[in-house]
Amino acid sequence: MNLRQYMPWIVGAALVALPFVYRDPYHLHILILILIWSFAYTSWAVMGRFGLVSLGHGGFMGVGAYVTVLLWNHFGLTPWLGIPAALLCSGALAMVVAYPCFRFRITGHYFALVTLALSGIVLQVITATRNHTGGSLGYTPERTKGNHILALQFDDKVVWYLIALGVWAGGLLIWHWIDRSMSRYAMEAISEDEDAAAAAGVNVTAEKLRITVISALMTALAGALYGQYQMFISPDTVSGIGISLQMVFAAVVGGIYVALGPTVGAIITILLAEALRIGFGTKAVGWDNLVYGVLLVVFIIFLPKGILGSLLASIKTPSKRQNG
Amino acid sequence: MGSFLEIFDIYLLEAVLNGILLGGVLALLALGLNLIFGVIDVTWICYAELVMIGMYGMYYLVQYYGLSYYAAAPLAILLVAGLGALLHFLVIAPLLSSPPINQLLATGGVLFVLQSFATVAFGIDFRNLGIRLPILTLGDMHLSYSRLLAFGAALIGMIVVYLFMTRTFTGTAIRAIAQDRQIMALMGVDAKKIYVVTSALGGALAGLAACLLVLQYDVHPFVGLSFGPITFLICVLGGLGNFVGGFVAAFLFAEIISLGGLFSDLEWGYVLAFAFFIVMMFVRPAGLLARRS
Repeated sequence: MNLRQYMPWIVGAALVALPFVYRDPYHLHILILILIWSFAYTSWAVMGRFGLVSLGHGGFMGVGAYVTVLLWNHFGLTPWLGIPAALLCSGALAMVVAYPCFRFRITGHYFALVTLALSGIVLQVITATRNHTGGSLGYTPERTKGNHILALQFDDKVVWYLIALGVWAGGLLIWHWIDRSMSRYAMEAISEDEDAAAAAGVNVTAEKLRITVISALMTALAGALYGQYQMFISPDTVSGIGISLQMVFAAVVGGIYVALGPTVGAIITILLAEALRIGFGTKAVGWDNLVYGVLLVVFIIFLPKGILGSLLASIKTPSKRQNG
Repeated sequence: MGSFLEIFDIYLLEAVLNGILLGGVLALLALGLNLIFGVIDVTWICYAELVMIGMYGMYYLVQYYGLSYYAAAPLAILLVAGLGALLHFLVIAPLLSSPPINQLLATGGVLFVLQSFATVAFGIDFRNLGIRLPILTLGDMHLSYSRLLAFGAALIGMIVVYLFMTRTFTGTAIRAIAQDRQIMALMGVDAKKIYVVTSALGGALAGLAACLLVLQYDVHPFVGLSFGPITFLICVLGGLGNFVGGFVAAFLFAEIISLGGLFSDLEWGYVLAFAFFIVMMFVRPAGLLARRS
């Protein structure tokens, strides 16, 4: 094994050791947010990299967060069971929406618009059932009086950091696993030409459905974790079109074709938002999204591979840059 | 019990009529989006946000500059038409040759920009024009005059667009380009010019919708989200780029929302509409009026 193969382990060990050496609560909080959102963005990129642009991930995330907390508050069901239930709901939702899309060849624009409507509808449902979900005012999981582990509520940020780190690493593993599986080649073929892929023996509908459900499950997990960590969820912070676009934006800025791209995107966007918040205080309301939006447009026009993607491409093929 | 049923029927009829009135504005929005999709092959995710800017335009023109509603409306329409052309010029034109999904995402970025621009510039307060139009009483039914006006103006707007598309050279060129992009350039039509005209026309339709919606709804930076998704659903259900399909789908959706809202909250009307949409996708995936292949 050379240095390159050891690298992930060295970095991983350093990341695990970090909170025991340095435990400033604010910085840990930012790190936890970065890890949770990185995981969410990675889960979007899992399908986004194959040209399956979903704007419905806000919906999946909302389902993940709300179902978990609702089960806990209304039935006292521990998140250890609630999260799998939320994942099931989210996966079922993904199936119901995605199956007709893929079966009937609804791709590209159509698919993006259908999923866009999905995230809008999930937001409407959460708002409409305000008697149970608190509506637009948001919702708080009840503080446990008993076992913290059972309730998945921890006061110690180090515990949350380690959980988020584990989940984030799991997300990267799933990315890696898909990257090396036959699915990847099938999906790449599909994104180039569906008919040709089908003719070559690829089960187009099944392949797309599988990747979509994986992505939806991961997103729902991110939503559930976010709700458990923040102890507060509102329709605007975990669901809706805004969140969907935020995912797309961060993933595109970081680079959707490389594993760590969405993570880079999360680091950039969260640091940007925090810097604006600290620099301008309440005056910054709206400014962060304004900067996001402009950056998104600029990136799509000039750097469609994203920051990390372009960087890696220029390192790998320096000669190509000279020629072209 | 008998009197209860009578009241109920009146409510039902009122909801049906209100649905038709709502359908007019939705059809107008769907027409603008379909026009742009049909001609330029781009979906403006930020279409409802253009409407939002137009509503703010109306608000400021009427409240701050003291213009009358009818004087402000053409200015607001011009403003949004200009925005549409600008959007095409700045964002879509550089992306015309890149994958369509990039164009869609770029307009998603514009959605962010417009929303947060409105937040920064106008604040997040709910504002309204302060114009209260009388309510028309027909028998026992109450129909708001603003909805009637919106319906009438939307219909007139659509007829004007129809005449423009069929009776003028530019309109014919727009329809021709929607059919075959490559050939039209050979026929001596400047595609770039047509694209800008179409974008401005799409913007103008959004502006008209803004003038009509501002009578019924309060303006705030996120108002676009309350009718944006439904517009996209309508366009997909009618078949993207299919004008007649969009028209029919708009009225179908408006009825479902209005009737769903009668039995429960308005949000449930939207949810019902979405459920209907999913079912229809199984039945007619290529759009309501598409021929089966």
